[in-house]
Amino acid sequence: MKLNVKIMPKNGVLDPQGKAIENSLSQLGFKNFSEIRQGKIIEIDIDADKDQAINIADEMCKKLLVNLIIEDYEIIFDREE
Amino acid sequence: MKASIIVFPGSNCDRDIAVSIKKLTNLEPIMVWHKETSIPDSDLIVIPGGFTFGDYLRCGSIAANSPIMKDVIKKATDGAPTLGICNGFQILTESGLLPGTLIKNDCLSFLCKTVSIRVENNQTNFSKKYKQNEIINIPIAHNEGNFFANEDTLEKIKDSNQIVFKYCNQNGEVNNETNPNGSIENIAGITNEQGNVLGMMPHPERATCEITKLSDGENLFKSISEFLL
Repeated sequence: MKLNVKIMPKNGVLDPQGKAIENSLSQLGFKNFSEIRQGKIIEIDIDADKDQAINIADEMCKKLLVNLIIEDYEIIFDREE
Repeated sequence: MKASIIVFPGSNCDRDIAVSIKKLTNLEPIMVWHKETSIPDSDLIVIPGGFTFGDYLRCGSIAANSPIMKDVIKKATDGAPTLGICNGFQILTESGLLPGTLIKNDCLSFLCKTVSIRVENNQTNFSKKYKQNEIINIPIAHNEGNFFANEDTLEKIKDSNQIVFKYCNQNGEVNNETNPNGSIENIAGITNEQGNVLGMMPHPERATCEITKLSDGENLFKSISEFLL
């Protein structure tokens, strides 16, 4: 079962990378946008059915993939599955 | 008496700290590879600076799950004196031994310079040889040294007097201008609630020899030595 873990900085946590991207886009002349945040996506293929895969991925997030002090996460399945 | 220095792939301050320990304490430094599962009998555990596992995922996150860390966590929780410097501080927060976490510097650049820090608490076993509010000069070298904790955690840290060092200027002023990396309340180093675990971003081991023309790190090692006597 292929899935993605989407990890984003929590609201209220300073995201200097998002800020830098925002500044650079402004310099390029882009307008009417705001609130750029940079996160990451981790692809995982788990050999289990969907429910089990969710549980395993959730445990992976809590034990290693995500720092819950500063990040939120979401487990997302590929559309074709 | 011995000090165990934990060495991970990417640790790069392990030998420097061994030199400082040998020179300034009564401890014999021993190197312990991260794949070991138990720390030999020792009086101090040190997690040195570096870029363990290439800083992949989050700084210190992979190292925090190395085999040796189970024993580090056990012994530190049982009260073993434990010191983490720079990446070592990041590993200690990632392993849950210290509260909060360290995020990217707000200036978005790697910082490598000598900064002033103020001793906020000279009652810890790591800082007894300093005067309260003493201003000392210690080098920093990090990209993720911006200490962050949520409000509740920060209140707890303050209530328990866990802040040991704050970034300041030569006059001891602590404010936004004297904050190199965006750390909450200019925090440069904290202990756990029990006071036996210290994490700090500045490198005291780089301020203990003539080559660097800095000596303000010496009292940290002398403090450790004195309380272990």
